Amino acid sequence: MPTKIEKDVITGTDTTGHEWDGIRELNTPLPKWWVYVYLATVVWGLGMFVLYPSIPLGTTYFHGLLGYSSRADAMAGVAEMRAMHGKQMQQIGALPFAEIQKNHDLMEVALTAGRITFAENCQPCHGPNGEGRIGYPALDTDVWRWGGTLDAIQQTITHGIRSGDPEARTSQMPSFGADGVLKPDQIQQVADYVMTLYGKGKPGVEVAAGQKIFAENCAACHGDKGQGNRDVGAPPLASRVHLYGDARETVVAQVTKPRHGVMPNWNQRLTPATIKAVALYVHSLGGGE
Amino acid sequence: MMGDQGAVNVIHHVPEAELEPPNKLYADRVRVYPKAVDGLARRIKWGILVFCLAVYYLLPWLRWSRGPGAPNQAVLLDLWNERFFFFNLELWPQDIWFLTGLLALGAVALFLVTSLFGRLWCGYACPQTVWTDLFMLVERKIEGDRNERIKRDRGPTTFGKVWRKIAKHAVWLGIAFWTGGAWVMYFVDAPTAVREFWTGTASVEVYVFIGMLTATTYLLAGWAREQVCTYMCPWPRFQSAMLDEQTFIVTYEAWRGEPRGHGRRLGVAETKFGDCVDCSACVHVCPTGIDIRDGAQLECINCGLCIDACNHVMAKTGSKPWLITWDTLARQVVKKEGITPPLRLLRARSLIYLGVMLVGTAVLGAGLALRSHIGLSVAHDRAPLFVRLENGDLRNGYSVLLINKSRQGAEFRLAVEGFTGAQLVLPEASGKPAGTLSVTLGPDTVQTVRVLVQGRPDHLEAGRQPLDFVLRNEATGEKAVYHSLFMGPGGS
Repeated sequence: MPTKIEKDVITGTDTTGHEWDGIRELNTPLPKWWVYVYLATVVWGLGMFVLYPSIPLGTTYFHGLLGYSSRADAMAGVAEMRAMHGKQMQQIGALPFAEIQKNHDLMEVALTAGRITFAENCQPCHGPNGEGRIGYPALDTDVWRWGGTLDAIQQTITHGIRSGDPEARTSQMPSFGADGVLKPDQIQQVADYVMTLYGKGKPGVEVAAGQKIFAENCAACHGDKGQGNRDVGAPPLASRVHLYGDARETVVAQVTKPRHGVMPNWNQRLTPATIKAVALYVHSLGGGE
Repeated sequence: MMGDQGAVNVIHHVPEAELEPPNKLYADRVRVYPKAVDGLARRIKWGILVFCLAVYYLLPWLRWSRGPGAPNQAVLLDLWNERFFFFNLELWPQDIWFLTGLLALGAVALFLVTSLFGRLWCGYACPQTVWTDLFMLVERKIEGDRNERIKRDRGPTTFGKVWRKIAKHAVWLGIAFWTGGAWVMYFVDAPTAVREFWTGTASVEVYVFIGMLTATTYLLAGWAREQVCTYMCPWPRFQSAMLDEQTFIVTYEAWRGEPRGHGRRLGVAETKFGDCVDCSACVHVCPTGIDIRDGAQLECINCGLCIDACNHVMAKTGSKPWLITWDTLARQVVKKEGITPPLRLLRARSLIYLGVMLVGTAVLGAGLALRSHIGLSVAHDRAPLFVRLENGDLRNGYSVLLINKSRQGAEFRLAVEGFTGAQLVLPEASGKPAGTLSVTLGPDTVQTVRVLVQGRPDHLEAGRQPLDFVLRNEATGEKAVYHSLFMGPGGS
């Protein structure tokens, strides 16, 4: 309790009467305007309390006289954004690729939508930038098993590869070793030859036998120079880019009992317009034809 | 009061020891009622005031043709589009160092002028001084001169007092509004801003900034006035570092004026008084309410109105004019003996400021004249670092930023130097590989393109080798080079 309120000699101001070890405190209350501002904030706060959602009531809450909801606000924004993008995606779905590519704004939307869709759906196998990995083709290079034009890419994404879709791209390389078509030493010979096609052949190794086997068994699909055939999905062998790698044992394993990768048909998951956007994005990664 | 240990000799009006202990922890404001005065300093001050205000209010309205697609306002700080326009000069965000340099030069110029002639800036050109002067003029026109104002303020509330106060504040607010509005016009197209303002279609920012600047102008020039200079502005606090005894400033010739006092002088050969009749005319005209006879002091803005006031009095008393004059403290010391040494304006301090200014001006001027109108920036793809192609070639991807700062659109040629046979591809335009790429850039354009570089690099032992991108404006021949890298598996 204040005990000794007295006038301070130097300033002429009253003290509060409190004293701590001889130190006394001047009674200098807050300026009036400060107090009024404080009271105004209290009034303001009460107003907010009445106008906006404030009191929790178990499972519900007092909604406020204005009926404001930040969630409704956000959902309105989302709906607005959907409507805006919906119009552009509709255009992307309706226009041919050449028209989309000429429209800078539409192209920007398509590439953005494509990039996001790619990251959500394609990246786990093909890598974040389409660089691919063993067994999953790179999409940023110029080797295409089924074609690298926009239409071909769209077709591949829509129906997939060996996906079970009636229009899926399908190819089947015979199991030359497992089915006994070629003997193990013949497979070794053909592997020696195939490696020369992409410049990894060992010097001094005789490949004439392998070349003969290749011409009789492989050239029908892979071409007489190993250039591949997109119509049947036979990959080029005279290439520095290989789905399963370019080591000798890989070639031997593939001839003996080939692996056949599967790509899903995305028409089950994505709209045609989104697939077109993804096709445009994949095409822009660098390999597009 | 400024530092006693400084070069400037400060005369305290009252020795500190005799001061009563203050009964308040801070000083009350003493209201200043500056009296009207005419004379050389006042006329120069009016001239500078009219010039500064004319430039400030009218400059945004000056039109300047820059061709289609560009704003036609002579001075426009277009923050929204990130361009600053000064007549024929167009600055990009990259050129912002120029404005920084200009401010630094302005500071040095202020140092130079202050070391030579004291606080000329404060007294004549500072916006606070100019607008306060304008507001005081309005006040005088409506409420009358000093004595009338003091009398009315101390008197009872009458009709004449009320309407004058209302009229004064209304005119002040009008000027303040015009001032705030003119400021905003430097940032948006002036005619558009005015039309949008009055039709209620201007952006919220325009209304908010005009409101804020109206309020600050009204408060600072109408109410705060000399308190801004004395308490808010840092400049008076460090001016003592620029002033010395050779600075040509507003000075009271104490050796001539003292001892001051009232009394007969005309026709009397010998009096006990100096020339100062202690009429306080110099104090009454002072916009900061100080007494120049106390010597140079923090509050003095060196405007010289006291000189004008004193000259009128000296003419009446028959004494020589310029009892308060412009002079240096060093000369005042010897003038007592009747010697008038020449001014020493060129001294180490001013020469150093001048040198810094000249070097700074040369650097800024050269930088501005030689600045490039073409820009190139290249970012290598983070992943994948490289791509192998069917024939064994390597390919790297880059994001290339192309800038055409000129007002003419042109064909630009993008090429690389680093290894022979390198081919460029624009993947998003599904272009064919080519030795160089041709890109059309419109006037005043920034564009980002993805560029693929492919080929067989010839010295990739370390996994990377230098690759330079070269962008050339086909019309002007101007070019920009960006040093980048080409990456590969290495060891081959």
